[in-house]
Amino acid sequence: MNELSLSDLQIVLPEIWLALAGMALLMVGVFTSNRSTRLITGLTLVVFIIAGVLVNSGLDGTGFGGLVVDDRFGAFMKTLVLIGAGLTLLMSLGFIRREGMERFEFPVLILFATLGMFIMVSANDLMSLYIGLEMQSLALYVCAAFQRDNLRSTEAGLKYFVLGAVASGMLLYGASLVYGFTGTTSFADLAIILSGSDVSIGAIVGLVFIAAGLAFKISAVPFHMWTPDVYEGAPTPVTAFFSVAPKVAAVALLIRVLTGPFGGLFAEWQQIVFLLAVASMLLGAFGAIAQSNIKRLMAYSSIGHVGYILVGLAAGTAEGINGIAIYLAVYLAMSVGTWGCILAMRRQQRMVEDIADLSGLSRSNPGLAAALAIFMFSMAGIPPLAGFFGKFYVFLAAVNAGLYTLAVVGVLTSVVGAFYYIRIVKVMYFDEPGDAFDRPVGRELSWVVGLSAAFTLLFFVYTGPVLDGAAAASQSLGLVTIGEAQSAVLE
Amino acid sequence: MILQTLAFYLFAAVLLASAVMVIASRNPVHSVLFLILAFFNAAGLFVLIGAEFLAMILVVVYVGAVAVLFLFVVMMLDINLTELRQGFLQYLPVGALIGLVLAIELIFVVTGWQLSPELAGMAQAPASGLVEHSNTAQLGEILYTRYAFLFQGAGVILLIAMMGAIVLTLRHRDIKRQKISRQVAQKPGDTIEIRKIRPGEGV
Repeated sequence: MNELSLSDLQIVLPEIWLALAGMALLMVGVFTSNRSTRLITGLTLVVFIIAGVLVNSGLDGTGFGGLVVDDRFGAFMKTLVLIGAGLTLLMSLGFIRREGMERFEFPVLILFATLGMFIMVSANDLMSLYIGLEMQSLALYVCAAFQRDNLRSTEAGLKYFVLGAVASGMLLYGASLVYGFTGTTSFADLAIILSGSDVSIGAIVGLVFIAAGLAFKISAVPFHMWTPDVYEGAPTPVTAFFSVAPKVAAVALLIRVLTGPFGGLFAEWQQIVFLLAVASMLLGAFGAIAQSNIKRLMAYSSIGHVGYILVGLAAGTAEGINGIAIYLAVYLAMSVGTWGCILAMRRQQRMVEDIADLSGLSRSNPGLAAALAIFMFSMAGIPPLAGFFGKFYVFLAAVNAGLYTLAVVGVLTSVVGAFYYIRIVKVMYFDEPGDAFDRPVGRELSWVVGLSAAFTLLFFVYTGPVLDGAAAASQSLGLVTIGEAQSAVLE
Repeated sequence: MILQTLAFYLFAAVLLASAVMVIASRNPVHSVLFLILAFFNAAGLFVLIGAEFLAMILVVVYVGAVAVLFLFVVMMLDINLTELRQGFLQYLPVGALIGLVLAIELIFVVTGWQLSPELAGMAQAPASGLVEHSNTAQLGEILYTRYAFLFQGAGVILLIAMMGAIVLTLRHRDIKRQKISRQVAQKPGDTIEIRKIRPGEGV
């Protein structure tokens, strides 16, 4: 039991690879100083590609006495995390050079944050959950404050750090309650103990605290307060990173925790997720209307998207998880693309962030305007763009699970959300043109934006890989018991 | 057995006395020194109950790192204590009230305390099967095998924390350093220019 075997190491091969590569790149950076930032960013991307290969060729199973698990679900989510981290890192190249952020620690921190997300996604024990979460969060706090001479960036970093520490405290408190009342931290053992009929109230209180801590990490209402400020203050490429990779990892972790060890408490946590979903969808829709800063608007938009994702989780079926997996993949593409467009908003060598600055973009830069229009229509959920399919699968799962309220609220808030998404399109295409943005926007940026726009636009033509991957991911969680419990409740 | 009891009372008495002195002494440096004394005595108590690993950690981490850090902070910040103490009387009623509530809660907890009957039996068999090892060896045995993954993960977290501190605070200032080789290799022609100036015209 206590002996390490080779299969243990094989299970965590991607994690080991990321950790060793991160330390090696750190050494390269230390000995060559900040001149090599571009080289290290490039090498980090290579590391990500190799990690992607390792993730998708790994074996299924648990390692280290059940501390970590490797399955199709983990592989799918880790691939999304890698794509999100890689694309945002690629987009950041121009920004960090111009804004005096060119320091070799930046790509290394992103790499270590990705390592933390990997551990989160494959956590199979409350202890590995916390280690992964804290590793990711710590790297993100530093990234948020990376422009240390910028007041807003340091404020964002400090705010994120303090509130994140509170959330970690809540999560730890919940974990200690669960451990105290069940005597184990292993997800597999917890699932057995908590599936019985007489679950102690202490474990349920623990579940509530753990759910609250994780809800903070995915910025679901009412734990969303930090999101607009941190998104606005953090350097734009960092915000782009925040809005994709950590969100995917935290949602994956929430799914794993709620459906795995707490699967027997479905009736209890469904109420929590239900409330979080409704509140997030409403606030995401109505909070964004009054925003004039596009980074704040995207923060509210991401809160709304988290609400839609939680609709799939509230269903508690494999179909719902399938919907979430598709939604995350689509959200990743839309989000990365939109942030790419925001990174291209420069005028006289300075970043501009107001929605009004986009006026008349269709005349000064038709390509960028068309791409941003595609992302906005997609986020609003207009068929046949990718965003429609994400929402469709999630709402379908909710309807099939009998959660008509959630589906109706979701559709209504989508209509409200369409208002502010399409307003951006209106500003770009019908308002009087202002000064043109700086050209060229940068080769990497155009590639990322073009790629995401193509994915969003043509998703319906070739859906195969995403749908297959999502199906395999949702099947590997083995949600049969929850589905049965759900249908039993309905009868 | 008598010796152990005597040692316990000695450590406990010094611990309590020095803990009182931490908050009672006027000089903050004395407070920190009393805190270190308290840590040492707590370590002695741990040794008495056979938890020598905790005792070592307490000395290494708390005395070696945390207390010295405190000492640095206290010495560098130059806190004016008379100002700090001015609010003491003002907050005394609130503090006393909170203390009273906590005391009542403690009394409730202790009077309502029930130990399960099996507990007495369990306490006599600590870590069955591994008794021949010291608890440092026992901890090491699972820390580097079963929990190796978490142990390494915690190490990476510390590395990130260190990187973060360096990224956010380290500044490379332009310091002018003497480079003797360059001074020696300097030729008069590099720095001195000789010009012929006619009287009354200036440079």
